Amino acid sequence: MIGYIVRRILFLVPVLIGVLAFVFLMRALVPGDPLEIMFLGQMPPDQATLTKLRHEMGLDKPLPVQFVDYTWSIVHGDLGQSVRTRQPVAAELAYRYENTLILTFASLVVALAVGLSMGIAAAVYRDTLIDMATMMLAMFGLSMPGFWFGLIMIMLFAVDLRWLPVMGSGGPAYLVLPALTLGLIASTIIARITRSSMLDVLSAPYVRTARAKGLRERVVILRHALRNALIPVVTILGLQLGGLLGGAFIIEVVFAWHGVGERAIQAISQRDFPVIQGITLVVATTYVLVNLLVDILYGVLDPRIVYG
Amino acid sequence: MPAPSSRSAAVAPQDSESPGIRARRAGTAGILAALFRKRSAQIGGAIIVLLLATAAFAGLLAPYDPYRLNPLSQLGPPSSSHWLGTDALGRDEFSRIVYGTRTTLVIGAISVGIAMVLGVTSGIVAGYYGGWVDLLLMRVIDVMLALPYILLALAIVAILGPGLGNTMIAIGLSNVPGWVRLVRGNVLTIRRHDFVLAAGALGARDTRVMFVHILPNTVSSIVVLATLQFATAILAAAALSFVGLGAQPPSPEWGALLVGARDFMFTAPWLVNFPGLAIFLVVLGFNLFGNALRDTLDPTLRMS
Repeated sequence: MIGYIVRRILFLVPVLIGVLAFVFLMRALVPGDPLEIMFLGQMPPDQATLTKLRHEMGLDKPLPVQFVDYTWSIVHGDLGQSVRTRQPVAAELAYRYENTLILTFASLVVALAVGLSMGIAAAVYRDTLIDMATMMLAMFGLSMPGFWFGLIMIMLFAVDLRWLPVMGSGGPAYLVLPALTLGLIASTIIARITRSSMLDVLSAPYVRTARAKGLRERVVILRHALRNALIPVVTILGLQLGGLLGGAFIIEVVFAWHGVGERAIQAISQRDFPVIQGITLVVATTYVLVNLLVDILYGVLDPRIVYG
Repeated sequence: MPAPSSRSAAVAPQDSESPGIRARRAGTAGILAALFRKRSAQIGGAIIVLLLATAAFAGLLAPYDPYRLNPLSQLGPPSSSHWLGTDALGRDEFSRIVYGTRTTLVIGAISVGIAMVLGVTSGIVAGYYGGWVDLLLMRVIDVMLALPYILLALAIVAILGPGLGNTMIAIGLSNVPGWVRLVRGNVLTIRRHDFVLAAGALGARDTRVMFVHILPNTVSSIVVLATLQFATAILAAAALSFVGLGAQPPSPEWGALLVGARDFMFTAPWLVNFPGLAIFLVVLGFNLFGNALRDTLDPTLRMS
């Protein structure tokens, strides 16, 4: 197990170096001069100032040297400076990153709570109306544009029923609608996987044995069947979190939730590369680490897995 | 008897084809029949046909010019003259949604096309040659998969710049990893078959073995993934347009229609409801049809 975890962590090194290289190259790949983009829509300074700026920013050095410099500053927590707000990117992203993580985590809780219950109910009441409705909702969830669902939620709960604030990121009440929007859509996929793995498990001999022992149905389902049925759900958890994290980028715009997604989209339209690079790096690292955790969790939950 | 020998001579050339192709030729009608027995294929197929017909006959179906401004009928609710109401500039929402079908189809076709061409080629090459080519390609894929799907598309849009064309390229590129993994996996199993070894032994060049002998045997997985990805691509493009990075106004792209609608969602909710419903229905259609295809063509196929 320890050996597996170490190997799994070592495997991350090339991926993270690749991500760093991609993020570094983003700016280099952009057609046009970074300084030109910096002064987009403004009066550009004279040639001498431009040369000086270019030297200060290290843009006159060869690309490999720039990459080493870039890596060096990233390692020291320096993500550069926004070319629009002139603020350090790291400081700007800190609270936004926290907001995005809060939203993603809250959505995951919603997705798991709703998805698992729906999936279990569909499997237990197989071929009934509950099962059919769950499967239909799963198909709907897969096809639902998140931003549209978000707008519907706003119209329904914030305007018609006046239960919740429309948008912004003030307190917990502001979290409810975006988390429900993201979570409910993701829950349909979890419901589908829970249902099929529950159906597999429910026909297993040990479940029959548990019933034969005279255990109550609730205990059989929740303690005996669900535990093993959860394993496929855990395997897709990493993918789900990626979906939620990505989905958050769009949903943050719908609800004006001040996370990294909202900032990323603003930065892309302003061609503010240090900000885009910083966000890409932070989110990619998060996602890679989350997948690592999921893989480890998977091993803890299923002792049958042999690490080779 | 002389007859059988002459007949077998006539049949012989076909035997050089891979078994997959022959099985499929024999069974196309059977597969289609099985496919359309499924309720999801019927509903999904009907939605897709409706979409294609609307795009083809948009000029006949749309009662108004989708771009024509009419200051006298701004933000009008659905009525007999404007079935789905009018937007803030007085344009007929129904006509705009009808013309939007064309954009939707182009988005799906181009982004899936890009992903398919790049992904299938890389997947075949990686799976067939193995070794360092495979290793290198798969590491690139690992890096791409280190970013959540939408974020990868956003990062590529950041490099290329906003706009509908770049959005389609970005979505296409973001979808490549799925293709590479699927095709590579298929090739790894197919290349061990005798008919592939025989083709190689007979002196066929690598490109011929890959594209004439191996590729046709992955067709069913390719069709399934292309259909399902049409749905994802439309959804992603609409999302990017909605946040202002994809199709730009006055384009009647459905995601872009929702951008303007947002400001009026309390006074003119139909501007939010109808384009959203259109996206949802079309994506649902491709998902339903794709699922039915998957179940019919290859019940063991699983894609996330």
